[in-house]
Amino acid sequence: MIPRPPEPGFTTVYQHPDALADVPTHYCPGCTHGIAHRLVAEVLDEMGVREETIGVASVGCSVFAYNYFDVDFAQAAHGRAPAMATGIKRVSPDKLVFTYQGDGDLASIGAAEILHAAARGEKITVVFLNNAIYGMTGGQMAPTTLAGQKTTSSPLGRDPASQGYPLRMSELLAQVDGAAYVVRRSLHDVVQIRRAKKAIRTAFEVQQQGLGFAMVELLSSCPTNWGVTPSEALDFIAKEMVPAFPLGDYKVPEGMAETRRRPAKTEGGH
Amino acid sequence: MARELLKGNVAFAEAAIRAGCEAYFGYPITPQTEALEHMAKRMPELGRAFVQAESEVAAINMVYGAATAGVRVMTSSSSPGVSLMMEGISYIAGSEVPAVLVDIMRGGPGLGNIAPAQSDYNQMVKGGGHGDFRMIVLAPATVQELIDLTVDAFDLAERYRCMAVILADGSLGQMMEPAELPPMQSLRPREERPTWALTGAKGRDPQTISSIHLIPEEEEAFNTELQAKYATIEANEVRFEEHELDGARIAVVAFGTSARLSKTAIAQARAESIPVGLLRPITLYPFPQERLRRLADEVDAILVVEMNAGQMVEDVERVTQGRVPVRFFGRTGGVVPMPEEVVDAVRTLHDELLTGAPKPDAAPRTTAEEVPA
Repeated sequence: MIPRPPEPGFTTVYQHPDALADVPTHYCPGCTHGIAHRLVAEVLDEMGVREETIGVASVGCSVFAYNYFDVDFAQAAHGRAPAMATGIKRVSPDKLVFTYQGDGDLASIGAAEILHAAARGEKITVVFLNNAIYGMTGGQMAPTTLAGQKTTSSPLGRDPASQGYPLRMSELLAQVDGAAYVVRRSLHDVVQIRRAKKAIRTAFEVQQQGLGFAMVELLSSCPTNWGVTPSEALDFIAKEMVPAFPLGDYKVPEGMAETRRRPAKTEGGH
Repeated sequence: MARELLKGNVAFAEAAIRAGCEAYFGYPITPQTEALEHMAKRMPELGRAFVQAESEVAAINMVYGAATAGVRVMTSSSSPGVSLMMEGISYIAGSEVPAVLVDIMRGGPGLGNIAPAQSDYNQMVKGGGHGDFRMIVLAPATVQELIDLTVDAFDLAERYRCMAVILADGSLGQMMEPAELPPMQSLRPREERPTWALTGAKGRDPQTISSIHLIPEEEEAFNTELQAKYATIEANEVRFEEHELDGARIAVVAFGTSARLSKTAIAQARAESIPVGLLRPITLYPFPQERLRRLADEVDAILVVEMNAGQMVEDVERVTQGRVPVRFFGRTGGVVPMPEEVVDAVRTLHDELLTGAPKPDAAPRTTAEEVPA
């Protein structure tokens, strides 16, 4: 995008990030993928690493992420982005490699790949959008769907007795020695969005410093498949998702703590 | 380089290193594990990438990732592991990135066993995973050829931006033979990676490597390009060996270990004055169709010998189109036929020819139990 010079007396305080392609996205109104994309792009711009970065898109709503970032991109098979990123990073250790994955991709079909990428301490950054549902296929139950949450494949509400419990990936991956940085943030209000951006920046810095695997989980909205308005969707994140997926720093390298807040005790834990 | 006694699995791994393989990703599985072990030691010594993946699914997707970076990359496995790799193999074909796979086949289906078999022919030659795609499939019969074809596989994969496969069986992976390794090639410098590779969008527009074409007409156009590429491969890369075909009335068609033991059988049959020779496809894809078509007019009958229940024989029948009787002899489940069994099958076919030419439509599939004792 051609930067427009500000009018006399005005200062540009908000513009299109270079790392974000100037194209419309396919995301639904009220979806927070757009915010997450912008945060990643702003971080790449601010770090000055757009030309040294290789992204790996996953399968799900973010399948077309490669169209929206102005960086080199590979498109992985469903769930395999961490394996693909491993292959890229191992032969291009001087590049920054990140995956952008949703909850179905990362926590269900790609559970093995994310766990072992973390275990190996792969020096990659993972941006993990958790919206508790399969968006692209039209609203089926995800590994992170809340107990009682209605989806097209849990029409009576997720019944843990037969459909299991939601997986808390940040808590799980923080247990792995190879993971250097694992935090959960949310995109439901401005304060949380600003915190999310700081965490994304830290996650890339952890990779830059070769400290190990870094993941930022972002609680996200899906008004379309949740069957609510965009505003109600943000409330759902705050009121329903945050208690089930507590925000906080689950693993942070020495000297890089941002919130320093211990994760809140999980309510309604099983 | 001097000839030395080399185990097949170690030989192809070292050959890959010398061919400039920069990254290896694999998972242990008998009977190819020595290759992974060799890579585990040698690749880090040389400052190259080695990862023991959590599964064959992850291994092939690591291969896919490294391939998008434009380096020479390989994996190796055995039949059940290769089944797991089919997803990534299809993506690699759909993204047109080069990679090398060595399949040291074992008995199946299912977990099967760890004995030598050739029952991955269909899986590898017919494309395996979803979608219309092909892989170049090379079938060595000796450890030396395993080495040489591994080196060639990297060149072919890069030339056509496709997967090149070495299809060998467990006996070739496990046997030791005198062989000569190639000289060590120097690695391509990082700044000389191919222009299509993902290297970071420095001084150029960003590029994407993907296998998505959402619009059916675009996907079809891509498929048409792929098929054109395969046509070029079929025109340029066919390889086969002819053995004792001069004056032969019967042609054995066999690949890999089956071909090797068929040579022993042919020597015995020739000693009995049976005019038999061998056509050994070295490339299973592209299949030596032209030569086989001509052969069908030169001989009175064809005997296909495989260590499976009859997979390549379908291609032989397809190509020869009933112009010559095609018989089959195979052992399955990891049983390696004895040359004498092949001699028996040749002799039976020869007797039939003497008593009246067998009809193409009366071409029974001979299994081990039906072979005269």
